[in-house]
Amino acid sequence: MNTGDLLKTAVQNTFRSKLRTSLTVVAIFIGAFTLTITSAIGAGISDYIDSQLGAIGAEGVLTVNKAPDTETAAEEGPNRYDPDRATADDPFPGAPAGPGGFGAGALTVDDIEAIESTHGVTSVEPTVFVSADFITADGSDKYEISLNPVSAAIVPDLAAGAPLTNSDQNEILLPDEYLDALGFADAEDAVGATVTIGATDAVGEQHDVDVAIVGVQNTSLLPLGASINENLTDALVEVQQTGRTVDAPVGYLSAVAHLERDATDDQITSIKEDLADQGFLAQTTADQIGAFQTVISGIIGVLNAFAVIALIAAGFGIVNTLLMSVQERTREIGLMKAMGMGGGRVFGLFSSEAVFIGFLGSAIGAAAAVLAGTAISTALATSLLSGLPGLQIMLFEPSAIITVILVVMGIAFLAGTLPARRAAQQNPIDALRYE
Amino acid sequence: MNSPVLEATDIHKSYGSGSGRFDALKGVSLAVRAGESVAIVGKSGSGKSTLMHILALLDQPDDGAVLVGGEDAATLRGRAVNQLRNADFGFVFQQFFLVPNATVLDNVVLPLKIAGVSGRERRERGMAALRALELDDKAKNRATNLSGGQKQRVVIARALVNNPKVIFADEPTGNLDTATGQVVEDILFTLNREQGITLIIVTHDTELAERCDRQIYLRDGRETDAPAPPNLHGHGSEGAAA
Ligand SMILES: Nc1ncnc2c1ncn2[C@@H]1O[C@H](COP(=O)(O)OP(=O)(O)O)[C@@H](O)[C@H]1O
Ligand SMILES: [Mg+2]
Repeated sequence: MNTGDLLKTAVQNTFRSKLRTSLTVVAIFIGAFTLTITSAIGAGISDYIDSQLGAIGAEGVLTVNKAPDTETAAEEGPNRYDPDRATADDPFPGAPAGPGGFGAGALTVDDIEAIESTHGVTSVEPTVFVSADFITADGSDKYEISLNPVSAAIVPDLAAGAPLTNSDQNEILLPDEYLDALGFADAEDAVGATVTIGATDAVGEQHDVDVAIVGVQNTSLLPLGASINENLTDALVEVQQTGRTVDAPVGYLSAVAHLERDATDDQITSIKEDLADQGFLAQTTADQIGAFQTVISGIIGVLNAFAVIALIAAGFGIVNTLLMSVQERTREIGLMKAMGMGGGRVFGLFSSEAVFIGFLGSAIGAAAAVLAGTAISTALATSLLSGLPGLQIMLFEPSAIITVILVVMGIAFLAGTLPARRAAQQNPIDALRYE
Repeated sequence: MNSPVLEATDIHKSYGSGSGRFDALKGVSLAVRAGESVAIVGKSGSGKSTLMHILALLDQPDDGAVLVGGEDAATLRGRAVNQLRNADFGFVFQQFFLVPNATVLDNVVLPLKIAGVSGRERRERGMAALRALELDDKAKNRATNLSGGQKQRVVIARALVNNPKVIFADEPTGNLDTATGQVVEDILFTLNREQGITLIIVTHDTELAERCDRQIYLRDGRETDAPAPPNLHGHGSEGAAA
């Protein structure tokens, strides 16, 4: 029998016992449906995180902190105070802690120089904490706002406008939740407008700084504040220093180290090691979101495990279905073997039936998952998750769907081997002997 | 006409082992020449089907050899044996063994499908075989919706669709009433006469046996020269046919 006929016959045979085939298909359907949904959730969330933190776009950037005290980190409870490790005292009273802020010391000017002179680092920007009292637009009320000067490491997820530039103009990416408050009709309307930021100097006097909105940023999963460009940062620092009489010791919680654009992973790793030897903790954006993604992948993994258990159960359904089928078709198998069909072809026929049942169940399951998932995801995006624009909770990737279908077909093939072997080894005369 | 297509020498076959061992064939030899019609005759349980299965290479003897076209079947590989059965042999079993939900045509072309013949050629040759048996108008029917005689004609069409050299028929009329059985017999002997197809017919019906060129009588796994008393046989065959 040629392969085309074999496959065609296998497909026809699966439709001979419709009820039995349908029930087996339903079992597979459930597993494939679940697996498709869980993998889509995993993909949806990773994609969202990527768009939020610009993991890929911020290549060539390392966030550098003072390494946490590893000797004491192993101990339970809070870190013991170590006078030798005391660094620039009290870097910025009241400054918000950046990533890895607490427990680690601040970076001194010497540290910044040390980082800059590390092989592979092209430039270093110390992260300065600036705070604003309020933001206001023409005629609107004043609103509190937190500012995020680590903008060099962020590839923004924009609703409108363009990313920040290094121009000598004050630029801000306005978080979209401020649109209504500041009286903008929509994101497009806000781009190009000028807002005023108020900041207080060292002697308590308030200063106004005019800022241009260059883009509107979607609300982020991690509230980082409004991104501002270097020029605005400098302007605000200047305001904050105004009237300061005593020179505070200079220290930074973190710094952004720029690497060569085309640095390979190996090079980045060696730079990180280099910095670690000097007592710094350097993290790529990917490292920073890594921990978050580990949790998400853990949850997705558990869900996938349930789906796989469902599929294994469905696999036994296939074994059962085909064993019954082999039993029922004993005579037919005997006849085909008597007419010269080889055992290998008989095996092929029955395992193709198993694979086809697997294909039916998984294809229908995946299709249903895409339909249901897209509907649910769209509904959630406008209701429960509307606070997180840009989050499509389920992302159906063709490659993931194809993988699910292939995995199920693989399981089905394995399940089919037992009945198919039984059919292949059947002795034709036992089947044909007159009872 | 003189070279044997099938030759069996001193065939032994037993089933089971130890105290449950049963010797179904105790040394049977025969030669079948091309174009012959041979009847294997004997009472139920005498080993007729066992002998036919061994001759048709569906089973192996415990002892003795089967030669096909002068070649020892024991030396043939499994694939060659399958190929031989597929291309050179046609089978009519006592039961129809039709695939119930498939069409008549699909049933008939099964040997060609196994041989890997293309769909179009299968159709043509299948229709030709059905036409020969005056069943071409039933080609699209389900096999289950036919009468016993029609089913047996479908089975014969299936047996000859691959232009076999030998047709093996195990009690081909056993399931049919006398008149229909007669029609089926006529078809088989016409094939033998007009196409030179060798017939090996297993039967306990003496009338059918006598229409063959030659008879081989089996009793308890051995060949016997003398046929059993005719009155006993006549009685038995009538009883089976009813
Ligand atoms: N698979 C088997 N196991 C045990 N005994 C068998 C088997 N097949 C056939 N026999 C026995 O061998 C004898 C010959 O059987 P068979 O060749 O079918 O006889 P026939 O066709 O002449 O009726 C019978 O007694 C039968 O019971
Ligand atoms: Mg018999």
